[in-house]
Amino acid sequence: MTFHDLYLLSPELSVALLAAIVITTDLLFKNKRILPFVTVVGLIVPLFFSVHLSGTTVQDGFFGVLRVDSFSLFFKYLVLAATAIVVISSNEYAKRFGNHQGEYYSLILFSSVGMMLLASTTELITMYIALELAALPTAALAAFIRESRSAESGMKFLILSAISSAILLYGMVLVYGFTGSSQLDQIAANITELGVNSSPALILGLVLITAGFGFKISAVPFQMWAPDVYEGTPTPITGFLSVASKAAGFAVILRVFYTAFGVDSFNMDWANLIAILSALSMSVGNLIAIRQENIKRMLAYSTIAQAGYLMVGLASVTALQGSAGFGADKAGPSGVLFYLAGYAMTNLTAFSVIIAISNKTNSDMIDSFAGLVKKSPLMAAAMTLSMISLIGIPPTVGFMAKIYIFGAAMDTGLWWLATIGVINSVISAYYYLRVVKVMFISEATESLPLRPDVGAASAAMVAMIATLVFGLYPAPIINFAYRAVSTIIS
Amino acid sequence: MIVEEFNWVLSIAVFLPVVGAIITLSFLSGKAARSFAVIITLTELLITSYIFLAYRNGPGGYQMADRITGWIPIDSFKVDYYLAVDGISAPLVLLSGILGIVAVFASWNVTHRMKEHFMWLLALQGAVIGVFTSLDFFLFFLFWELELIPMFFLISIWGSGRKEYSAMKFLIFTILGSAFMLLGILVLYFSLGTFDMTQMHEKLEHATLILPASVLFFLTIIGFAVKLPVFPFHTWLPDAHTDAPTAASVMLAGVLLKMGGYGMLRVSASIFPDQLIEFSWLLASLGVINIIYGAAITIRQTDLKRLIAYSSISHMGFVLLGLASTNGSEVVLGMTGAALQMFTHGTITALLFLTVGYIYERSHTRHIPDLGGLAGRMPFLATALLIAGLASLGLPGTSGFVAEITVFLGIFPAWKLFAIIGASVVILTAGYILWMIQRSIFGPRPTHHDNLTDATLPEMIPIAILVVSIIGLGIYPEFVSNIFSEGILMLPPEIVN
Repeated sequence: MTFHDLYLLSPELSVALLAAIVITTDLLFKNKRILPFVTVVGLIVPLFFSVHLSGTTVQDGFFGVLRVDSFSLFFKYLVLAATAIVVISSNEYAKRFGNHQGEYYSLILFSSVGMMLLASTTELITMYIALELAALPTAALAAFIRESRSAESGMKFLILSAISSAILLYGMVLVYGFTGSSQLDQIAANITELGVNSSPALILGLVLITAGFGFKISAVPFQMWAPDVYEGTPTPITGFLSVASKAAGFAVILRVFYTAFGVDSFNMDWANLIAILSALSMSVGNLIAIRQENIKRMLAYSTIAQAGYLMVGLASVTALQGSAGFGADKAGPSGVLFYLAGYAMTNLTAFSVIIAISNKTNSDMIDSFAGLVKKSPLMAAAMTLSMISLIGIPPTVGFMAKIYIFGAAMDTGLWWLATIGVINSVISAYYYLRVVKVMFISEATESLPLRPDVGAASAAMVAMIATLVFGLYPAPIINFAYRAVSTIIS
Repeated sequence: MIVEEFNWVLSIAVFLPVVGAIITLSFLSGKAARSFAVIITLTELLITSYIFLAYRNGPGGYQMADRITGWIPIDSFKVDYYLAVDGISAPLVLLSGILGIVAVFASWNVTHRMKEHFMWLLALQGAVIGVFTSLDFFLFFLFWELELIPMFFLISIWGSGRKEYSAMKFLIFTILGSAFMLLGILVLYFSLGTFDMTQMHEKLEHATLILPASVLFFLTIIGFAVKLPVFPFHTWLPDAHTDAPTAASVMLAGVLLKMGGYGMLRVSASIFPDQLIEFSWLLASLGVINIIYGAAITIRQTDLKRLIAYSSISHMGFVLLGLASTNGSEVVLGMTGAALQMFTHGTITALLFLTVGYIYERSHTRHIPDLGGLAGRMPFLATALLIAGLASLGLPGTSGFVAEITVFLGIFPAWKLFAIIGASVVILTAGYILWMIQRSIFGPRPTHHDNLTDATLPEMIPIAILVVSIIGLGIYPEFVSNIFSEGILMLPPEIVN
C-alpha cells in the first residue's frame, strides 16, 4: 500500500472521516441544527477529491482491487449528489430523532462510503465487503423511527439483505471455483481461455449472482421486500434507498456483467435472462402501483418498474449488424447511467416534496396531497414535474432517458422488450397522473396555506431544476455516461 | 452546437407563448393574466400571419429555417434543433395563430383559477406550433408529447361533467398512440442514422431496416390515427370534446386533431409513399367508415357539444379519403383537399364550439330539446351558429364546400365507389346540422329563456375573426389552397406522379 493508493481512495476516506466528524460534533454541541449543515458543507471535500481524480487516467490501486476510472467517478458524483440532497431534505424531518441526529447523518454517510466503493471495485471479495458496508447502515436507518412499522421495516431489510448476500456470495464462489480468479478482468480472460463458457456450474453461479443483485435493485421476482420496507422507513431514507442504493447496485452489476461476463458467446446468456426479468419488473411494478393509496408504497412499486426500465439498457448488449445508430456496444450501458442520473433527480424531487408535505400533514396517503396547488404551488409544481418525468413526458430528463434507453434496446434488436417498455409507460401514466390530479383538482379538506420547511423545499427545488435543465439539454450527462462505459467494456 | 441557419421568426412563434406562459405563472394573476394572454396571442397572430404571407410570397420549398445541429451531440444519437415551414405547414401555423387568440377570447368569462387557465392555453399554443414547424423527428415527437399536459389540465380542471375521466381517457389514448410512434421513430433512426424528416425518404430506399417498412408505416400512423381520430381509435374524442371547456374544445377540434392529419402528410406520405399507395384501400375504407359512422351517430345526439364532436369524426373521414387518392390520377387535388379540409374544419368547428359555449354559458343547458327560439333573444350568436352550421354542411360560398368538393374530385378517379358513398353522406350532414339549428335557435322559446342576452364585445371579436376566414376562404380559396398544393407537389415522386 502506498500513499498513491490512499489518494485514489481519498473521496471514500474523506466521507468516512466526515461521518466521524459529524458524530463528534453531535457530542460536542447541544444545538443539533448544525449537523446537516456540517454534513453538507463537509461533502465538498470528497467532491473536491473526485474532481481532482478525474484529471487522471484509469488507475488501479490496492493490489488491483480498486479502480478509479470515469465509470467509478460517475457514480461517485451521483452518490455524493444524492447524499447531499437527502441530507438537506432531512433537515426538518430528522428533528424527531432528538438526540440521535448525529447517528442518523453519520449512518447515511457510512452507507454512501460503501456505495462509492462499490463503483470502484474490480474484485469480488472487495465488492462483497463494500456491498455490506452500503447495506448495513441503511438497515439501521430503516429502523430509526421508534415504532413497530419502522422496526419491522429495518428487520425485514436486514434479513432479506443477508439472504441475498448469501446467495450472491454462493454465486461468487462458484464463479471463482470455475474460473480460478476473483479479479473481474481475469475472470473474463479465463472464461475464454479455459473454455468454460457453457459449464453448468458457471451458469449457476451467474444465475445466483443475478438473483443476489436482483434483491439489491428490487427487480421482480426479488422485489417483495421493497414495498414494506419503503413504507415503514423514514421518508428521506426511502428516497436514499430508491436512488443511491439502486445506483450503486446497477454500478456493480454493470461492472460484473460487462467486465467479467462480457465475453462473446457468454453475454447473450445473461442478456436474455436480464431481458426477461426486465419485462417482468416493468409489468408487475406498474400494475400493482395502480392500486396503491400510500404514496411511499406507490413509489416503491414505481421503483420496481423503474428498475425494469433500467434493465432494458442492461440487456441491450450487442448492436445489430448494419445499424446506423449507436453502432458500438455502449448504447445500453451508457443508457443505464444516463437513466440512473435522470431517475435520481426525478425521484429525489418527489421524495423531497413528500418529506415537506408529510412534515406538516403527518400523512403519507395520496389523499393528503389534495388541493396542494392552492396550499403550496411550488411544491405542487415540483411534484407534477417529477411525476411527468417518471412517465417520460417532456420537457423532463425522464423523457430523454427513456427514449435513449428504449433506443438502445431497438438498436440491439430487442424490439419486443422496447414494445413492452413503451406500453408500460402508458400504464404508468395512469397512477402517476393520479397524484397530479389529486393535487390540482381535488379540494383540500382545510384551506390553510402550507409552508414547507426550507430544507426539504430547497432540496426539491434543486432536484426539480436539474430534472428540467437536463430534460432540455441532456448532452453533458450523456457524454459523461458514454465516456464512463468505455472503460468497463472488455 | 453549430448554428447553421437562424431566421428567428419560427423560434419566436414557438417560444413566445411558452415564455408568456412562464411569465403568467410567475408574475401575473386574475385579469392581468387574461389581458397578458390577449397581448401574447395577438402578437402570435401577427407573427403567424407574417409567416404565412412571407411564405406565400417566397420561393417555396422549406423556408425560414432555424437549424442548430448537435443539440444532443453524441455521435450515436444526433438530434438537431430544426424548424422550418413548407407549403403543408405554413397554413396550419396560421390556423394555430388564429385559434390561439380565439381560445383566449373564448375563455373570457372564466373566473375559476384564471391565471392557470391562461398559462396552459399559452403553453398549448406553443407546443402545437412546435409540432407543425419541427422537421427533426425527435423534436417533433417532443412537441407532440408536450401538448398532452396542458390539455389534460384544461379538461380536468375547467371542464364539465365527467371531466377527470375524459381528461384521463384523452391522455391515455394519445400516449398509447405516441408510444407506438416512438418505436417507429427509433427504428427509423437506427436504420437511417438521422432524425431529419426531409432526408428520411431518400435514405430509406438504400437502408437495411430492422423491421419491414410497412411495419414502420403502421407504427407511426397509429399515433396520427388516434389523434385524427380514425375509427376504431375515436372513442376518446366525444368524451373529451363534450367535457372540455369551450377554449379547450376550440383548440382540440381546431388544431389538435389536425396534428393527426398533418402527421399523415408529413410522415406517412413523405417518408412512406410506397406504403401509403399500397394501403390506400385501407385509408379509403376507414375514411368512409368514419364519414358514415360519424354522421349516423351525430343524428341522434341531443347534447350540442356531443353533436359537434361526432360530426368532427365524420368530417375527419374526408381527410382520410383525400389521403387515399394516391392511386388515382388526381392525387394533388385529393391531397390538397385533405389539407384544406383540415384548415376549414379547424375554423368551422371552432366557431361551432364557440357559439355553443356562449349559448351554454347563458342558458346553462346544451340539451337540444330544452333550447329553441334563441334567434329572437340573441340574434348575433344565432347568426354565427347558422353560418358555422351551413359551412359545416358544405354550403357553396363557404370554405366547407371548397374542401369537400376538392376531396371528391381528387378521390373519384381512384376509388369511385367510396367517392359516391362519401358524397351521398353529405345529405345526412345537412340533415343533422339543419335539424339541430331548427330545434335550437328557431321554433318556440321556453319562457324561462326570455331574459337571455346576446354576445358582448369581447365575445364578438373571435366570432368575427372566424366568420371572416370561413366566408373569405369560401370566396377566394386559392389564398390557402395554392400553398397547400405547392407543399403537396413537394411530396416524393411516387405519390405525385
